[in-house]
Amino acid sequence: MKYSKEVMDRYNSPKNVGSLDDNDRNVGTSVVGAPSCGDVIKLQIKVDDDGKISEAKFKAYGCGAAIASSALMTEWIQGKSLKEATGIKNQEVAEYLSLPPVKAHCSVLAEEAVEKAIKNYWDKNNG
Amino acid sequence: MNLSYLFSRDDNEWNMSSDIIYMDYQATTPCDKKVFNEMLPFFCKDYGNPNSVHVMGSRGKEVIEFARKKIADFVRADDPKEIIFTSGATESNNLAIQGVARFYRGKGNRIITSVIEHKCVLETFESIGREGFEVIKIPVLKNGIIDLQALENSINDKTILVSIMTVNNEIGTIQPIDRISSICKRNGVLFHTDAAQAVGKIEVDASKVDLMSISGHKIYGPKGIGALYVRSKPRVRLSPIFFGGGQERGMRSGTLPTPLCVGLGKACEIAQAEMSEESKKLTKLKDYFLEKIFSNLSKVYLNGDTEYRIPGCINLSFEGVEGEGIMLGMPNICVSSGSACTSDSLEPSYVLKAISIREDLAHSSLRIGFGRFTTFEEVDYVSSKIIEVVNKLRAMSPLW
Repeated sequence: MKYSKEVMDRYNSPKNVGSLDDNDRNVGTSVVGAPSCGDVIKLQIKVDDDGKISEAKFKAYGCGAAIASSALMTEWIQGKSLKEATGIKNQEVAEYLSLPPVKAHCSVLAEEAVEKAIKNYWDKNNG
Repeated sequence: MNLSYLFSRDDNEWNMSSDIIYMDYQATTPCDKKVFNEMLPFFCKDYGNPNSVHVMGSRGKEVIEFARKKIADFVRADDPKEIIFTSGATESNNLAIQGVARFYRGKGNRIITSVIEHKCVLETFESIGREGFEVIKIPVLKNGIIDLQALENSINDKTILVSIMTVNNEIGTIQPIDRISSICKRNGVLFHTDAAQAVGKIEVDASKVDLMSISGHKIYGPKGIGALYVRSKPRVRLSPIFFGGGQERGMRSGTLPTPLCVGLGKACEIAQAEMSEESKKLTKLKDYFLEKIFSNLSKVYLNGDTEYRIPGCINLSFEGVEGEGIMLGMPNICVSSGSACTSDSLEPSYVLKAISIREDLAHSSLRIGFGRFTTFEEVDYVSSKIIEVVNKLRAMSPLW
């Protein structure tokens, strides 16, 4: 698989790899994908008092596209409001990383990871 | 495209380019320089059509028959005429399966193969199945060895052919050809084996089978040539799949590619002379490699049988990381993976599925292939690199 520089940069030195404390009520966590499908993304966000994402971390099991899509997502959502973060579509990720069509599902997974992390945050705080 | 590198190689660089380490010997092998040199005169100098009756034709015919004899000797065929030249193992498998099925159709319509055969066997069975043949695919045990009881049970009086590979291309498992052979003999069924991954690595014996497929480029010969052994006593008949000038005793029409035939013969001659030493070398390299991997990484699993396997084919699953992910971390190292991400279909390897390994471990697999030109330094470097990349990816894996 021939990947773009954007993918390779994130595969080689991804920012935001790691975990946040799931017990913190300001932290939303999601795990999407399945080991049996070859892709799993865990994504966490920390939301500050202004409702902005102050920190985003990820871990990924998968190919270069899965790692790069989740890494890019964490870069993009930091500093954004939850609403702005929800607005980031998978096509933008796929386009920015020049993902080949067969890898488009990796960007879909990254979008789903953000949505579910936000939902988890809301469930914790309004549930 | 810059092709200048093709013209700057000297002899020492023949089988390597400085920064690339090739460890995918099951996919293909480099052409041995001794093979290449032997082929050269037959492109531009002795180019006669081996079917021509004049002096140029007979020269071609002579060297082809010489090559045919070398191949026959190597696979222990009784008679060189039992060797039919084809374009490669894919064609050999097509010819054997379609040829036997169609010729013996009057005798029965059940044809049997296994679930871990190469695609060119499985797809040929699928295709011929649509012509009214009943296709049975025998499962394999967890070690990749064919379920002999299932084979025995699926043979009925309508069965005309069993096709089981000698060595699997993904996991390197060696099938019990002797036992399959006696089951087939006892039941009066023809036995074909795809020996593309076996020839040159283990002893093969044509006297045990009725048909055997061989490939040139898997044994340091040229691409585009292969052979099919077709037993003559008792005679095995085939319906041809190509029609034309009636070459190869009517079984495979088409002008023989003299240089390629010569190359295949030479490749067999070299393999015959070097196989036993080569196998010892590869076993040492494999033992060193596995020892280093297992002592530095936990939760790594060897796929396929631990004993009945060729030493040059190592298939490992690295829990917690994905195969293509590992390959991406070592872009100058050529290996392959059973991960879905390395296939266009997004399906993981059907061979790994057939040996019932956990689905995530199929995605986590790497096939590392050693061969004639693999050096200890390369094995040492690649094992270190794999350990480094797997550790790095595990650190960012949610499954680790």
